[in-house]
Amino acid sequence: MDPWYITLIKAFLVSIALLGGFAYLTLIQRKLLGRMQHRYGPNRVGPFGLLQPIADAIKAIFKEDIVVTAADKFVYYLAPFLSISFALVAFGAIPAGPANSLFGFDPWVMDLDIGLLYVFAATSIGVYGIFLGGWASNNKYSLLGSLRSAAQMISYELGLGLSALTVILITGSLNFREIVDFNVWGMHPLLWIPLIIAFITYFISSTAEINNTPFDLPEAEQELVAGYLTEYSSIKWALYMMAEYVNLFTAAAVLSSLFLGGWRGPAFLDQVIPGISQWPLIWLLLKMAMIVFTFIWLQATLPRFRYDQVMRIGWIWLFEIALFAALLTAALIAFVV
Amino acid sequence: MSVLDIAKGMGVTLGHLFKKPVTVLYPEEKVDIKPRFRGRHHLLKHPDSDLEKCIGCSLCAAACPAYAIYVEAEENDPNDPTSAGERYAKIYEINMLRCIFCGLCEEACPTGAIVLGHEFELADFRYQDFIYGKDELMVGVKGSKWQRREAAKKNKEVNIGVKSVPRKELEGVNYD
Ligand code: SF4
Ligand code: SF4
Repeated sequence: MDPWYITLIKAFLVSIALLGGFAYLTLIQRKLLGRMQHRYGPNRVGPFGLLQPIADAIKAIFKEDIVVTAADKFVYYLAPFLSISFALVAFGAIPAGPANSLFGFDPWVMDLDIGLLYVFAATSIGVYGIFLGGWASNNKYSLLGSLRSAAQMISYELGLGLSALTVILITGSLNFREIVDFNVWGMHPLLWIPLIIAFITYFISSTAEINNTPFDLPEAEQELVAGYLTEYSSIKWALYMMAEYVNLFTAAAVLSSLFLGGWRGPAFLDQVIPGISQWPLIWLLLKMAMIVFTFIWLQATLPRFRYDQVMRIGWIWLFEIALFAALLTAALIAFVV
Repeated sequence: MSVLDIAKGMGVTLGHLFKKPVTVLYPEEKVDIKPRFRGRHHLLKHPDSDLEKCIGCSLCAAACPAYAIYVEAEENDPNDPTSAGERYAKIYEINMLRCIFCGLCEEACPTGAIVLGHEFELADFRYQDFIYGKDELMVGVKGSKWQRREAAKKNKEVNIGVKSVPRKELEGVNYD
């Protein structure tokens, strides 16, 4: 255990890293989307457009900060902060390496026994930022936009939780550190069947969780009014955007911690460079980068699902399949393994 | 939408990631203009005799739907003719703010004197700078008023962002 001030410093550094990551993820996303559509993406500000995020930040700050007269002021201001703070808070439970590996400190902010529940809780509260923002704006388009998000959320949460249940059943722990230490794929090979199913359903559910295409109903940036964001401008709008991208990082980190071995590297590389699979940070970052790339790739490929299609996918497919995977795991653990 | 279709689509987007973008990096790169593009007009001359093709008949002004052209004709001096006909255009002005680049003036002209070219960078600061007179439209003058002003200020050659081969009506026009 680290002393409290070290934890504080780590929390601060993680927040800074996430926000810096957000800034450059927007650039990487736009570049990748551009290249997939035969464009260059941003390349005007600085070399290769590398200063684009800074230009965007300056622009966002200097835009007029519009406050709707008829809005519920307190909630209207509170909502974006709710979104961003819980998005940042959620990341704290993710371990990035073995204990004491980061210059003698633990590479995680909090070592929680209920880590997974904590992450689910924090990201779900983040969605309240969207509801409240839409409601407090006193605008029917905002309200409808936040209703779309609400409808989407109740559809994916079940699939998300049940897919994670498969891993929890196998590891018998909610603590991320223990889940990563456990190596879920090292158990009986029969358990691979539910694990693969759960991985797929979890991936689809977390695509919905971070409002990525094909589940980007809340904002629907191409053709609808910008959903819950309609009445937000300037820095409050930027806070919502930050929350969205930080959630993307969190989703990628949770996905890799649950299913892809978290901070562990492939063991066979240890024969080349001893101990490389135990190095902190890099493996987690690599896995997150891969998952984030897949999210962007999906965004470049798929059209958006309709409102009712999201419901059907959430309630009929994800929920049922994830439930089946969880039951199968339970049966396998009880009778076979 | 089946899973197979999604996989196929993902393959397509991934494939395109490694292709070269089609974007032309204007203004660093020149734009490849197609021959029939209608940009700024040129007033042409007979290449062999160096006489102007325009005979000041005002048919272009009559045809223009935007009333963008103003022509004032004058008798040619028989000893030192300006144009190949009886008369020539003493004043020939096109207001580029009114012009809709429809090309009707070109169709109306009996001598093929006014032809729409490929230059398109006509932006400028003041209204009066959009009236292009004879000296600005005459063949051999390269670039818009602003481009030439800017080039003169910096003592550089006029550099237009166009890369094209003029069609045959644009006799004597050179975009290199
Ligand atoms: S192109 Fe059309 S609008 Fe322009 S000057 Fe000629 S006739 Fe008039
Ligand atoms: S440009 Fe052609 S149509 Fe216009 S005045 Fe000259 S000769 Fe006549």
